[in-house]
Amino acid sequence: MNEVKQMLAELEAVCADPKKQLSDALTQGKKCIGVLPYFCPEELAYAAGMQPFGLWGAEMQVNDSKRYYPAFICSLLHTVLEMGLKGMLNDLSGIMVPICCDSLKGFGANWQYGVGTVPVIDVAWAQNRRLDAGTEFTRAQFRKVLGQLEEIAGHSISDADITAAISVYNKNRAALRDFSAAAARHPEAVSPSARCAAIKAGYFMDRAKHTEALQTLTTKLNALPEASWDGLRVVTTGILADSPALLQILEDNHIAIADDQIAQESVFFRVDTPVTDDPVLGMAKRFETIEGCSVLFDPGKQRGNELVELAKAAHADGILWVMTKFCDPEEYDYVPVKRKIDAAGIPLLTVEVDQQMVNYEQARSAVEAFAEMLRA
Amino acid sequence: MTEMTEKKPAKIVLRDLQDKIAQDAWDAKQRGEKVGWCASNFPQEITTAMGIPVVYPENMGAAVGAKGGGQRMCEYAEGMGYSNDLCSYSRINFAYTDLKHCEELEIPFPDFLLCCNNICNCMIKWYENLALELDIPLLLIDIPHLDAKTCDEDRVAYIRAQFDDCIRQLEEITGKKMDYDRLQEVMSISQRSSQAWLRAVGYMSAEPSPFSGFDIFNNMAVACVGRGTVEAAEAFEQLADEYEALVKEGQSTFKGEEKYRILFEGIACWSNLKFTYKTLQSRGINLTASVYGPAFSFLYSNLDELMAAYSYVPNSMCFESELKLRVDDAIRNKVDGAVFHMNRSCKHWSGNLYEMERQFREQTGVPTIVFDGDQSDPRCFSEAQYETRVDALTEIMEERKKEAAK
Repeated sequence: MNEVKQMLAELEAVCADPKKQLSDALTQGKKCIGVLPYFCPEELAYAAGMQPFGLWGAEMQVNDSKRYYPAFICSLLHTVLEMGLKGMLNDLSGIMVPICCDSLKGFGANWQYGVGTVPVIDVAWAQNRRLDAGTEFTRAQFRKVLGQLEEIAGHSISDADITAAISVYNKNRAALRDFSAAAARHPEAVSPSARCAAIKAGYFMDRAKHTEALQTLTTKLNALPEASWDGLRVVTTGILADSPALLQILEDNHIAIADDQIAQESVFFRVDTPVTDDPVLGMAKRFETIEGCSVLFDPGKQRGNELVELAKAAHADGILWVMTKFCDPEEYDYVPVKRKIDAAGIPLLTVEVDQQMVNYEQARSAVEAFAEMLRA
Repeated sequence: MTEMTEKKPAKIVLRDLQDKIAQDAWDAKQRGEKVGWCASNFPQEITTAMGIPVVYPENMGAAVGAKGGGQRMCEYAEGMGYSNDLCSYSRINFAYTDLKHCEELEIPFPDFLLCCNNICNCMIKWYENLALELDIPLLLIDIPHLDAKTCDEDRVAYIRAQFDDCIRQLEEITGKKMDYDRLQEVMSISQRSSQAWLRAVGYMSAEPSPFSGFDIFNNMAVACVGRGTVEAAEAFEQLADEYEALVKEGQSTFKGEEKYRILFEGIACWSNLKFTYKTLQSRGINLTASVYGPAFSFLYSNLDELMAAYSYVPNSMCFESELKLRVDDAIRNKVDGAVFHMNRSCKHWSGNLYEMERQFREQTGVPTIVFDGDQSDPRCFSEAQYETRVDALTEIMEERKKEAAK
């Protein structure tokens, strides 16, 4: 158990100081590419020998970013922009910016004119992702991204390099799935905060090293004796659920995360990239199978069906929707997906979270009331 | 009396045409034909050529806002669980979908949905919800936001494939076949309408402008819903002719002296249209530049160019092209200042507005203001804030006029 604690603490330390990971990569002579959510082809940067560096915002107050974004844009984008404007991300050699939500569409220009020093790599992918033409469009766009990355890297990137990078990422996804399952079996050993950190650390580390750490951790977890858990088990959904304060509230209320449908977490690793002769085509084809994310075209709201199935499979007591404030894709999904959850008879709690929040007492009260209701 | 004065004025012709298009959809529904709800910048050439009636929830959202129902309908949608953070047009539409009634305006309920995200991605989420709620097919033409100044071949090929797939699905849904000769004809008519609309709004460059710029907000509805029809083309040609005649006579429909000319950036505050107009008009300020001119004009000469044209709508272009559109419009139409609407409903339009305003001011040299508002939710608009900022703008414009006269 102590070894597990030690390993989890190491991954938590990575998340507590991502800048150190960036510095370490730079010291090793690697160039680093910032990667905004969602679904950017970061494997291509990895294939170039560069280190992808996840940009999922930070818990901080913003000031300068308000010169670019109005207050009603999500704190994820506000805080990434703020870090850029304050020069905290000047060591990046580029930043991948997708266009899959309306707030992101404005990010590139705000970054370009506000930060200036770190070039923007625009990433487009098809929303009509199950049409052959959509897959072909995404493939072509990713090839363009590849060209920009080659310029930044200063050398060409072969298909063999890309295939190798995809393999590293698929192994990482498999390791993340195994870890998530092991963590669900051992809530006594893996707190919500520790689970989140173990997953999130991959955005700042070399993916291969992250895989090694997770595999060792999972082996240790699987070796632990079966433990009884008298607490509650929930499945989380949303964009990100990494607020330390909220995760601590879950822990305080003896609530474990049995599974998730969080963009930063399982949505990243639930589906592998298929192996194809043209590796970039495989990256594009991956979009055909991803479910459970509000920024993807989702006729029929399969997200709701998947969420219900996840909750049932995990024998969860309820679902926790961590609602990112000012995220309109999530807010649109909320009504129809909630309806599906209600129809399945699964209790749902929604907590609105903002990375600039300092007071979580309202969230604490809501979680406490939810827990009491579930235990009744 | 001349023939011109015996004719109905173009603005009445356009209003009647808008009513007729709406009535045609009701009549079609009554006959048992399939009717669609359609995004405002969906390639209308498809439905017009196939003779498929469609109506536009965004136009309904604007009209309900203008007629005073915006807050009531938005609040109803919020009661359904929709955040007040969401687009007010969509909230009004969700409320209508649930209530099946709206006292300000009603549109026939749809049998299918036609979505296009070249104006914003929230259209996709909005229409996904409608499709589920109404249990009807949803057809999406995804037009990815441009990251460069031109629409490349990859985008054209992707949009073209969706265009073809959409026709195939519509044929199945409605039982109507696409006649490709008719499509060519509709494309020609649409060009005629677009060019006439651009000619009409182009007269805003005259001093004085021959019309009150807020008229654009009224006339653009037909540019959106009916530009593929001969009636619309003729009405816009008549409108342009009327403006031309006014320019020749040095006359204008703007009430009072046109002391100052401005660019108005963003969607109108429909719920506060009268106040926003009067505040400007009473100070002698006329709107003489707006991206609504080109917003509903799609210029092309073949199908591939048509695909690209739907990428060049304001909101789908890269920042530099968006900025150039506004700066060119402002310079061409000789504005003295600009009013930027920070629209609470529209994250896309608002996400670059501060930078747009700064660069616009630097490139044109004219003073600018930003005010907070919303397209159809009056709770986001403050009369006092708007008035104070317009006063500030007026003072600067006045000062500059005095200095220029020295």
